[in-house]
Amino acid sequence: MAAPILLDTTIDIATPEGVELGLPLAGVGARSLAWLIDALIKTLVMSVFAVTLPLLGEFGDGIMAIVAFVSLWFYNVLFEVLRHGATPGKKALGLRVMYADGTPVGWNGSVIRNLVRFVDVLPGCYAFGLVSVLLTRNFQRLGDLAAGTVVAFADESADAGSVSGGDVLPLTLPLAPDEQQAIVSYAERSPTLNAERAEELAQILEPVVDEVSADRLRGHARWLSGSVTPS
Amino acid sequence: MKQDAFEAAFAAEWQRLEEYIVVLTPPERQFADDARIEQIGREFPALYREVCHHLALARARRYSLKLQARLNRLALSGHQHLYRSRTPVLGNIGRFVAREFPQSFRLHWKPIAVSALLLYVPALLMALAIYLDPAQLYGILSPLDVARMESMYDPSNEALGRERQSDTDVMMFGYYIYNNVSIGFRVFAGGILFGLGSVFFLVFNGLYFGAVAFHLSSIGYNEPFWSFVAGHSALELTAIVIFGGLGLSVGMSAIAPGRQRRWQAIAESTRRGVPLIYGGALMLVAAAFIEAFWSSTTWPPATMKYTVGLLMWLLCGLYFLSMGRREA
Repeated sequence: MAAPILLDTTIDIATPEGVELGLPLAGVGARSLAWLIDALIKTLVMSVFAVTLPLLGEFGDGIMAIVAFVSLWFYNVLFEVLRHGATPGKKALGLRVMYADGTPVGWNGSVIRNLVRFVDVLPGCYAFGLVSVLLTRNFQRLGDLAAGTVVAFADESADAGSVSGGDVLPLTLPLAPDEQQAIVSYAERSPTLNAERAEELAQILEPVVDEVSADRLRGHARWLSGSVTPS
Repeated sequence: MKQDAFEAAFAAEWQRLEEYIVVLTPPERQFADDARIEQIGREFPALYREVCHHLALARARRYSLKLQARLNRLALSGHQHLYRSRTPVLGNIGRFVAREFPQSFRLHWKPIAVSALLLYVPALLMALAIYLDPAQLYGILSPLDVARMESMYDPSNEALGRERQSDTDVMMFGYYIYNNVSIGFRVFAGGILFGLGSVFFLVFNGLYFGAVAFHLSSIGYNEPFWSFVAGHSALELTAIVIFGGLGLSVGMSAIAPGRQRRWQAIAESTRRGVPLIYGGALMLVAAAFIEAFWSSTTWPPATMKYTVGLLMWLLCGLYFLSMGRREA
């Protein structure tokens, strides 16, 4: 199991395979943004209906009421169940609704969490939901608590960056596994940093390693992860 | 084994699992043919367990966090597909209507009984209060509401204020669905606040209904009013009572969770009550249908409407008392 990282927002799911899977949970910020996108989509679609349906007279008004009903209570349910846990807003942010054991949310869970949404919205601006998300360990609003669901980041597509392609510098210092891991992880992350920041982070090792530089650390990382010198 | 060698050795397997997961995830799934799905189904579990094993190795050997994250993500997606629960909601609508719904109703009979009291007792009290002091009516309804109600059920209206085209029926059907089913959902959802929300909505609806019914009866509008509500009253009121009962039972588990943690108790009692949500919603949609297309008609004589209403109540009672007993 990974070294415990304090202040992290992942929960561990125990599996029958004996390995614990980390589930990175989403907090207020991402969820609010997803909600905003969904609200915009709903408003847009509803206004299209609101313009076109009245042309059908009272029949159209009736259909309009049903459309409003479905969008009020079942917009989320339909997307969450039929689109693998994600409304368009959640999808845009890489979020997904799932049961707290990591399995995909089904009709029952989704219906419950979206009916109880009515209480989360109370007494205004999602106040109850907000307090609940901030107070519960798994960032659950009341609907999530009743349904046993969580909202997690499930679609991050950080491709496993490679550290190969460059000089390989053997390390003479004996390093503990965690320290080796830190260096390799740094090297993998460094392409996403700008050069100054990468250099700045490398300088943290100044007291331990002479003439430390980002390039040198990457070289060590290549050696640690087993690259052979390009011949 | 160094990380690079590890990745080189197993990358093909990881990629295969990734491909399978893409195929299994909607919307891609719809485009896959059966033979492909079957082949994936055969290979998937072994492949998934392999990746779980790799994840455990990657952690134990302190491979880089990025690799661990990739394997974790892969295993998590695999987990989702392998262990997803397949509980089709209303998958068998016949069995649901014939057994599960009435069984669940009887299982919750205590909170449902309390919920009925919370709806009907305030209605009666309100009627009594208006009988003693007619001004009490305006404590619940604004003068505007009262005027609207009166004009709607005025017997001197040849058309009862409800004579309408079929288009109007559809309009009212939509409106009743929006309004009434939403009320039902709110009565249930409010229960999570220690039952207070359910109690509030039940009592308020009871007071409102008591006030309207008694006022219209006392000014001699009996027939238009009661013949209008008779047809759909059984389904609508019972469904509201059912939603209230579920809300109360959820609220009760919040107040007294017993040996479970509070949120576990709430989730547990909600899960047990799910049939009531679906059943109640079905009842309210049916009630909206009756209200829009039958209650509003003016051709049947009042006695016929009362008979139908009474029949609905009888059927409702019989349904909940007797259906699905053998299979329980």
